[in-house]
Amino acid sequence: MSVNKDFFVPRRDFNYDFQSQNPTFIEWQEADRVPDALVPTHCAFCGVQCGMNLKVADGHVIGVEPRDFPHNRGSLCPKGVVAYQQVEHEDRLKYPMMRKRGKGSPLERVSWDEALGYVAGRWQAIQQEHGRDAVALYSGSSMTNEKCYLAGKFARVGLQTRHVDYNGRLCMSSSAVAYARAFGIDRGPLPMPDFELSDCIFVAGTNIAECFPIAMQWIWRARDRGARLIVMDPRETPIARTADIWLAVKPGLDIAVINAILRHVIHTGRTDDAYIAERTVGWEKVREAVEPYTPEEAERISGVPRERILAAAELYARASAPLILHGKGIEHSSHGVDNCLACTNLALARGMVGKPGAGTMMLTGQGNGQGGREVGQKANQLPGYRHIDVPEDRQFIADVWGIPEPELPQEGAAATEMVHLMAAGEIKSCMIMCSNLMVSLPDNAVVQRALDNLDPLVVVDFFMSETAELADVLLPSSVWCEDEGTTTNLEGRVIRIRKAAEPPGEARADWAIMCELAERMGRGRFFPFRSAEDIFNELRVASRGGKADYYGITWEKIDREQGVFWPCPTEDHPGTPRLFTERFGHPDGRARMFPIVAVPPAEEPSESYPFRLTSGRVVYHYLSGNQTRRLGFLRMQAPEPWVEIHPRAAEPLGIRDQERVRVRTPRGSMELKALVVPTVRPDTLFIPFHYGHEQAVNQLTNPAVDPNVKIPEYKVCAATVERLDATATPPGAPKVNFTAENAPAMFPYAVGEAKPPEPSH
Amino acid sequence: MIKTMFIDPSRCIGCRACEAACRECDSHKGESMIMVDFIDRGFSVATQPTLCMHCEDPLAPCAQVCPAQAILITPEGVVQQADPSRCIACKNCVYACPFGVPKFDVEARLMKKCNLCYDRSVQGLQPWCSQACPTDAIWYGTFEEFENERTGRPVNDTAFGEQSVHTRVYHVLPERVEELDVLTLLREIGAKQEAEQVREEAWVL
Repeated sequence: MSVNKDFFVPRRDFNYDFQSQNPTFIEWQEADRVPDALVPTHCAFCGVQCGMNLKVADGHVIGVEPRDFPHNRGSLCPKGVVAYQQVEHEDRLKYPMMRKRGKGSPLERVSWDEALGYVAGRWQAIQQEHGRDAVALYSGSSMTNEKCYLAGKFARVGLQTRHVDYNGRLCMSSSAVAYARAFGIDRGPLPMPDFELSDCIFVAGTNIAECFPIAMQWIWRARDRGARLIVMDPRETPIARTADIWLAVKPGLDIAVINAILRHVIHTGRTDDAYIAERTVGWEKVREAVEPYTPEEAERISGVPRERILAAAELYARASAPLILHGKGIEHSSHGVDNCLACTNLALARGMVGKPGAGTMMLTGQGNGQGGREVGQKANQLPGYRHIDVPEDRQFIADVWGIPEPELPQEGAAATEMVHLMAAGEIKSCMIMCSNLMVSLPDNAVVQRALDNLDPLVVVDFFMSETAELADVLLPSSVWCEDEGTTTNLEGRVIRIRKAAEPPGEARADWAIMCELAERMGRGRFFPFRSAEDIFNELRVASRGGKADYYGITWEKIDREQGVFWPCPTEDHPGTPRLFTERFGHPDGRARMFPIVAVPPAEEPSESYPFRLTSGRVVYHYLSGNQTRRLGFLRMQAPEPWVEIHPRAAEPLGIRDQERVRVRTPRGSMELKALVVPTVRPDTLFIPFHYGHEQAVNQLTNPAVDPNVKIPEYKVCAATVERLDATATPPGAPKVNFTAENAPAMFPYAVGEAKPPEPSH
Repeated sequence: MIKTMFIDPSRCIGCRACEAACRECDSHKGESMIMVDFIDRGFSVATQPTLCMHCEDPLAPCAQVCPAQAILITPEGVVQQADPSRCIACKNCVYACPFGVPKFDVEARLMKKCNLCYDRSVQGLQPWCSQACPTDAIWYGTFEEFENERTGRPVNDTAFGEQSVHTRVYHVLPERVEELDVLTLLREIGAKQEAEQVREEAWVL
């Protein structure tokens, strides 16, 4: 969306020529198939999980029809419309493959028996020689709750390794921990239709129109009712274009602005003192902490004119139901947790959290990003949001799983740390499911070294991703609509995913692959599952009494009630659409506030790297693009990445629109087309991140992580841009704020060390 | 009361869900008859969808200039794309349309354009584009329903110089909304005024 189609196909006549509008043509004979069934399910992409009906004929998915579901009301974004085209795609992996003659040899088709036998044999040998933790599982959140739950259990019971983590580490971990610390429960606190009830929406670091197009209808409804709109983003995104106030912040320096808004709220007496006294802990320190953030100081740090900050602060302070929507823009940061806590402080100070249509709302990006992080595939978590270092939680889950508590492994490495353990040779083999590390992790040269080090690297996927290309053993799995299950969307609504077709060739459902591997590891008695519903029923028991309590949710109930919001402790419980209306999730029922100060990102511009490089999504692609780059319509709209540069920055460098340029950071360089537009800060470059190999922006990004949750700082690093014929300048150094001394401690650390201390009040 | 389309460019986020969805209609599977364009990407991210306006007065200029009478109009007033058995590929319609809607398919030697998803709309379903549109920038219903549910001023008369065209499809113009007056706001809260003093050259156009 950020760019017109003629950017990629110059000189085409889009005005009169039909073919240039429709280069990927579907044969007419395929158009007249009549469906014999409509399968009600949800979209495969993004945390909104729009309802849709799949058209099925003779067991083949042939199209899509709208489904009126409460939060998307029949509409779909372009990804959702074409999601069904994955099912019969010619690129689907259909058979297990192995490099039978070792690394470097080609992948050859083998039987399931040979592939799984080889993997289990190697794992047993590795674990015997190097210990159980030498085998790891790297999982993903775009799978159903059943698969995500099983991934955690498979690693800890089947492989008996401590090293299991998932790609949500790269996505939601900072806001998840921030909400857990501030509110005691990590869940999007509101259903989407609540947005309509707000009278001032503050969009902090989310390109919501491109990443969650379906949410826009609720924002427009609020606007129709007179709501004000404030957008904080270094780019003029489609929602920033329509905002009352656009706060064009320097990437990575958002806290200064948020704190300045809170300071204005305090100084104009708009805090809700009764609410603060009754429902929160820690206010005094927060009030002191924000005092230095005058509009002038905030302008100096963030680059946003002080008048704009003041005007935004006044709009926020005046509103009766202000809502903060925040996303990866503030979360992909080396202080991502602090960024989110600055937002929760602001909403708590105005007494808004728990009111309809007000408070804060995190926007979970991945398909099952919410469910995937609460069912126990995270390095430090057990199902139901239980903690792996709390003795009672360990005992409860060990009992559910039927193992002695001491056999349950301790906390392992986070996804971003696992890579270093692989590179260092501590992890000898890893199974990667539902993740594309070569596109998604920062500084991918290091990732390549890590993966090359593994023997075997086992990849489970349904398309040949950039990571699957490196696999020693490649196992074909199912796309979302080839299996039954549930997901939990960004509202916390648990919904049903239905099977519409059989996996092609010999491909199998991911959970069946894990059960079979567990059997071959001699742990089959812990994995007696015959169906996904069996797994869900065990998940219900495992989450019972936990924060994310699924016990009262059954598949029938989801069908009957169009989704059920957790926590839902009993079968007659209606579920909980709105959280925190009366109490927060901490034992005393009160929310916590934390004093937050603005710290700069790990790397900042210098003379040799004068720009801040930020990365993000485009509407046509999902995550690493492994799925969406293969779908004709989506590929046609954005076939390759580009770099957005402000004309004022481009002119002195002699860079013209649509010219190929080179972008360099201390980690590498890449060549791509320049889009010279005034919709980005002049000191900022933007590159979309959905592409692989030489088109991957993660050749350039900074692997610095947040000390609390190890989320990488994708959203800002120092960079420079030049013409291809520019004479090579001697490489200088960026301004480095994270040095060897003050950088976050990485795995291994003592158990519980990574956990922030609970504030004493 | 006929149901028709209402196009509100102020809500368009340029996601092209309508283009993707248009291709799903069984009457033109794999072919999109709707276009989303940036107004001027060199200045803004503003976008606008264009679909057939189904002109009522003068009735379908594309059909009027067709020498082969290939463009037929249904009793409901929906202007169809060229009938393949009649179209002589002269492109008169492509040049005559005031909105730039009909496209010429060189391979099929046939004019193609939006038919309001005729197979869906005659059965009471929405056309695919309005069905999919995540932001209600393309909206389907009667004028009365629009007045009840939406804001904005629907307009279906478009003037091209002295010639004006009355269309079945509406564009939605923004209502006169109270714009945020930032200077007044700042004055109200007693912020220091620096209107005279330009601190930085504006880079936002």
